[in-house]
Amino acid sequence: MGTNTHFPDPSVVREELIQKYPAKVAKKRAKSIIINDPQIIPEVQANVRTVPGIITQRGCSYAGCKGVVLGPTRDIVNIVHGPIGCSFYAWMTRRNQTRTESLTDANYIPYCFSTDMQEENVVFGGEKKLKQAIQEAYDLFHPKSIAIFSTCPVGLIGDDVHAASKEMREKFGDCNVFGFSCEGYRGVSQSAGHHIANNGVFKHMVGRDNTPTEGKFKLNLLGEYNIGGDAFEIERIFEKAGLTLISSFSGNSTISQLENSHMADLNVIQCHRSINYMGDMMETKYGIPWMKVSFVGAESSAKSLRKIAEYFDDDELRAQVEAVIAEEMPKVKAVIDEILPRTTGKTAMLFVGGSRAHHYQDLFTELGMTTVAAGYEFAHRDDYEGRDVLPTIKIDADSKNIEELKVLPDPELYNPRKTEAELEALKEKGLEINGYSGMMQQMTKKSLVVDDLSHYESEKLIEIYKPDIFCAGIKEKYVVQKMGVPLKQLHSYDYGGPYTGFEGAVNFYKDIDRMVNNPVWKLIKAPWQKTGATNGKSKGLEATYVTQ
Amino acid sequence: MLLRHTSKEVKVREGLTINPAKTCQPIGAMYAALGIHGCLPHSHGSQGCCSYHRSTLTRHYKEPVMAATSSFTEGASVFGGQANLLTAIETIFSVYDPDIIAVHSTCLSETIGDDLQQITRKAKDDGKVPEGKRVIFASTPSFIGSHVTGYANMVTGIAEQFAVSTGVKKNQINIIAGWMEPSDMREIKRLAKELGVNIVLFPDTSDVLDAPQTGKHEFYPKGGTTIPELESIGDSRHTLALGSISAEPAAIALEKKCKVPFETLEVPIGLTATDRFIMALSEIGGVSVPDEITAERGRLVDVIADMEQYFYGKRVALFGDPDQLVPLTEFLLDLNMKPVHIVSGTPGQRFEKTMREILDTRSPETNFKNGIGADMFLLHQWMKNEPVDLLIGNTYGKYMARDEDVPFIRFGFPILDRIGHSYFPNVGYSGGLRLVEKILTALLDRQDRDALEEKFELVM
Ligand code: SF4
Ligand code: SF4
Repeated sequence: MGTNTHFPDPSVVREELIQKYPAKVAKKRAKSIIINDPQIIPEVQANVRTVPGIITQRGCSYAGCKGVVLGPTRDIVNIVHGPIGCSFYAWMTRRNQTRTESLTDANYIPYCFSTDMQEENVVFGGEKKLKQAIQEAYDLFHPKSIAIFSTCPVGLIGDDVHAASKEMREKFGDCNVFGFSCEGYRGVSQSAGHHIANNGVFKHMVGRDNTPTEGKFKLNLLGEYNIGGDAFEIERIFEKAGLTLISSFSGNSTISQLENSHMADLNVIQCHRSINYMGDMMETKYGIPWMKVSFVGAESSAKSLRKIAEYFDDDELRAQVEAVIAEEMPKVKAVIDEILPRTTGKTAMLFVGGSRAHHYQDLFTELGMTTVAAGYEFAHRDDYEGRDVLPTIKIDADSKNIEELKVLPDPELYNPRKTEAELEALKEKGLEINGYSGMMQQMTKKSLVVDDLSHYESEKLIEIYKPDIFCAGIKEKYVVQKMGVPLKQLHSYDYGGPYTGFEGAVNFYKDIDRMVNNPVWKLIKAPWQKTGATNGKSKGLEATYVTQ
Repeated sequence: MLLRHTSKEVKVREGLTINPAKTCQPIGAMYAALGIHGCLPHSHGSQGCCSYHRSTLTRHYKEPVMAATSSFTEGASVFGGQANLLTAIETIFSVYDPDIIAVHSTCLSETIGDDLQQITRKAKDDGKVPEGKRVIFASTPSFIGSHVTGYANMVTGIAEQFAVSTGVKKNQINIIAGWMEPSDMREIKRLAKELGVNIVLFPDTSDVLDAPQTGKHEFYPKGGTTIPELESIGDSRHTLALGSISAEPAAIALEKKCKVPFETLEVPIGLTATDRFIMALSEIGGVSVPDEITAERGRLVDVIADMEQYFYGKRVALFGDPDQLVPLTEFLLDLNMKPVHIVSGTPGQRFEKTMREILDTRSPETNFKNGIGADMFLLHQWMKNEPVDLLIGNTYGKYMARDEDVPFIRFGFPILDRIGHSYFPNVGYSGGLRLVEKILTALLDRQDRDALEEKFELVM
């Protein structure tokens, strides 16, 4: 199929998108709207401020820190220090599923904790109230850990959440209390919060428990948050393949798993954007290499499993992985074969997150669909162009004030799992060790890449391309659907999923088939609104039923 | 157990709120601003607040919720957000072309001390507000009050900043909608029409947050109170404020500015609150109540009488917002039911006093608390100590309902997992019927589920 032939000229599209902006805004946006060339990947402006007044998909640093990274670990009591709203909105809205081993095991995910800051706390400081809240949480629940999250006003009034945490940690002795300076105004999006969370988890959790775990092939799964049960499916596959998962970061995880995670021999990274810092820091401190994988898509899952087997370089594992793939694939194939005729040739647009807009293209490819435009909400250039560009990324004022931890090899625990030569050999074999080549090299020539897509641009794109499906988040969902185009939420999965692994692929195929072929899209016009309707003119029916 | 760490023993908490029965001011302001035609709400703060508020409103309505943000970064928090707001106003008018921008503040801009009045005036002076366009504002710090306060503040801002008195009275009555659903607002308008009273309802989110599927996204949907309507409220003969917390402040402001006398009523939920509303409107409007409305009322009373045995003595726990809880509690008492525990996170003595008045004569032993410390964790603990037959509240209640195996009715804000609230009203006699149907269905389904085989009833 000549994919690009029947689509509009992308340079014309770009002009159209920025036309209505004030000159300064147009100039800025133009740098984030790029026509792709997978051979010579062009530079994309990313991770820069959104112009005030633009209706953006983005959220804040607090959302990235508490909502994304820390939220999924079930046995931490996460207290949000600030006025009530911030904690309220992050209350279970991210669908991080978790499964405790027993009915009495700690699980605080269904709870919302807040210091509910009042005016007097803003005026006179909120530290006293914070410490009181920590004490009350400790008295009520005796959790292993309490984490404190700062919201916007906290930094301004000068509350020191770290000092308060330390004081309480020392007071309790048996409860690890630590804080995050993840005020919403830090950085330019959720992304800053990911980094802040990585730093905190690395400093306060990883490496606290050196107990070795049984298992020949021990790994951590980074950047998987168990939305809709994604991590459950990956756990199932790992177990079948004979892989031992020490900890995930952080879907379906517990504090002890995270504290023990440095005992693993490999970190595989699913969502590069939110967790790559952790991969790098663990490599430096403990000598654990990381490898980019994706379990989104059946083919990608198989590929990722093979890469893991290659990394461990073990024939038994290779055989086991092949056996798993051989067992899983036919079930997937049976479904896709049936669906493919109905989805082939359709088009998709993906504007979401910091890695999903890349990963989900694989699933659409499996469905025979083409991604005509894609972009991230809060990614950086390396997520688009690949990590090779890292040295050339300019550090601006907004990134500068996010701490870069200085990490050194641990005098006792540093143990390089692979020699330099072994790592080189693995890279030769095509494994992305400590590397990620980004989204754009996988997208077709002349497809459109847009960072931090605005509402205005999304409506324009839909008008111009008329895609069969649009992927984004809840704020975009009903806007796009009002335009008669189905929108698949790729943060919450429209409350479905899992979409990872083999079972997840099947779920996704079925969901997309249902959405793009749903009869409702043909019911939008009433019969009298269609051409040929009489529009109020009497048709002059004659009586045809005549009694004899 | 979903909420497995909630113990029976109640301990007083001073620092920690657990499972709040309220949220923050700006979301209320955003909701109110959506009830003005051609208006784009604008959140003056960092992006997160706006994203959260839009997301929550979107989940509640399953509709587009458009709003912009000042996108503060660290610099703005240090030097103030004036530059951000000025840029935002310019960008919004050129890209989204609203008739009105309704700016509300957030914790951040309030802590910094940004003065919205001064900045919006500067925008005007600098020529950033095109001819005929408006920028209005409301201060909505979340460390005071709740989402209900934010709603009230924005509605007050709307009244103050739009109303003009020309000196010539108009034969119309203002109805200020307290926090209610688009379906409720639609019902209020229908009732006024039935009565033959000429009203201006504001805000009005009907035809905004219940927009039809047409294949086209209307950035500014058909509904919402219009600018000419809002300008005319200063000339109205009278104002009815529906809700002492969410609507009355605007009525007071309007009286101060344009000398329009007002009366405050409860949101007309349930029989007696609707009675008072109909009476007030017919008296102020100088009309008699048409038979059709009397018949509507009669149908509601009829159902209550027919099914009275199923309501009697049923113990209910409820949580939510003051202006809904007051009439709902009254309605439950009218149904001969027993409100046992009531919690609202929204602070205020006014609410406490009204509740006490209702409860003291008819159910003095009811547990009731509002403001700081009145959260769903406390309510759950109360339920563990004194169990109930029915729980009424927003979607978050379903965790308690499941753990305690109690029938549950979704009522209030937010409702994230069911539809209906945008389409079927809770106000008026028809709203009363809907509530009664919901209560009966919940209770009778439970009776059916739990009945012994030999006690399973065909007719109920
Ligand atoms: S910072 Fe304030 S306004 Fe923003 S979400 Fe939190 S409580 Fe609400
Ligand atoms: S997939 Fe997207 S939303 Fe999820 S963690 Fe990664 S960047 Fe964040």
